[in-house]
Amino acid sequence: MKLNKTKLVTEDGRRIDGRRPDELRPITIDIGVLKNADGSAIVEYGNTKVLAAVYGPREVVPRHEELADRAIVRCRYRMLSFSTTGERKSPAPSRREIELSKVIREALEPAILSSQFPRTAIDIFIEVINADGGTRTAGITAAAVALADAGIPMLDLVAAVAVGKLDGVLVVDLNGIEDMNGEADMPIAIMPSLGRITMLQLNGVLSPGEFKSALSLAISSINKIYELQKEALRRKYLTIEE
Amino acid sequence: MYETLEAKEKRMLAIPGDTVTLDQNTTIDGSIYLYKRNENTYSITVTALVDIELIENRKRIRVIPLKGRYIPKEGDVIVGIVIDATLSSWIIDINSPYSAILYAYDYIGKNFNPTVENIRRYLDIGDVILAKVVQFERSRGAVLTVQDKGLGKITSGSLVEIEPCKVARVIGKKKSMLNMLIEQTKCEIFVGNNGRILLKCPNLELEYIAILAIKKIENEAHTTGLTERIKDFVIEEKVKRGLIKYEIK
Repeated sequence: MKLNKTKLVTEDGRRIDGRRPDELRPITIDIGVLKNADGSAIVEYGNTKVLAAVYGPREVVPRHEELADRAIVRCRYRMLSFSTTGERKSPAPSRREIELSKVIREALEPAILSSQFPRTAIDIFIEVINADGGTRTAGITAAAVALADAGIPMLDLVAAVAVGKLDGVLVVDLNGIEDMNGEADMPIAIMPSLGRITMLQLNGVLSPGEFKSALSLAISSINKIYELQKEALRRKYLTIEE
Repeated sequence: MYETLEAKEKRMLAIPGDTVTLDQNTTIDGSIYLYKRNENTYSITVTALVDIELIENRKRIRVIPLKGRYIPKEGDVIVGIVIDATLSSWIIDINSPYSAILYAYDYIGKNFNPTVENIRRYLDIGDVILAKVVQFERSRGAVLTVQDKGLGKITSGSLVEIEPCKVARVIGKKKSMLNMLIEQTKCEIFVGNNGRILLKCPNLELEYIAILAIKKIENEAHTTGLTERIKDFVIEEKVKRGLIKYEIK
């Protein structure tokens, strides 16, 4: 039996949640939400909600992992059991979570000036509270502001967003349904003021032309997120001032 | 693509990725928080206050970080807590990513023989000491000494911890904030460079007010006119607790 595939982009160019192709979901960024962590942030991309906590630089435990010339950056991405719809997600770290931890770490490492703190560790914890597509990109955005909140020296903030292809149309910031049913999905992380890409993955197929326009779409969206990140960081100190 | 901080405002909040342009007429304080991007453009690497002063065509830029861990510096006087004792030395927690070592000789002042004496007789785990950093290298950790005036084991008082980068604010310009606190609360206050503050107060009420004031300074460290505000706050708290009648300024 062949299922009728739902149209993800309507004739008038609207997506299933009513957004235009180049429109981001409503994004909120809150900083300093955890007292014990050195830096923390909670980021929402629409229904996706991600909490990031940063500890460090601190002593490395176990000792043998320390590096003589720079800090080690450890990252753990995790989806909470209740974060998904339908069946409860097993709390044990899955293959996907271990891989994403590595991918996110490598997206953030170029921004962190780890050579300033040899023989220490910087720990990043990313917990997905509610998953609705784009958890890794929200995770990177959250971790970057949490790192800045912790006072860890960074070259630049990192912001991330996914670009995908639905029914032949390039769209930005895919939600859960679009992610599962789309033709392509390309998460990108960028250091916006330096203009350097720190992560780029691609699932599915894009033509070279589509790839180029997808990239420029991502850059313009990331610049919007970058402004929100900066505003959130400033807001923390300005509210105290008032 | 990026914005450059211009010398329009006197004081502003910078976040990682913001840039400053330096020329020959610029002097800079806190250059460790900058990262060279090209010829004379530098990125700021931490969330910081950037203070720009113009003195006769010379620009002076100060970068004051708002958060960050304590990195030891030779000559710093710090408040440490003993976390371990080895045969002839102690390992000291100095509120930093790096732990410090205090050799028995540096504490006792004479040769120490571990076969005859027990090192824990002098300092045990959990003891608090006031010490000076004599040597520090990131790849090896800090070495402490107590062979100086006023240093050694601390036996009384209470300990308050604040962000190490806000220590300068608690002391103030020419110790203005610290002197005001001492005068108003009648406490003996010692501020360690690593963000630990020792208090010896005449009574509990005053100690509590001093702690509240210190925490308020920590929270509002990036604002201006702080000393006056803290003074008012301390007086208000004293009135609230019935320690003094309202004081006319």
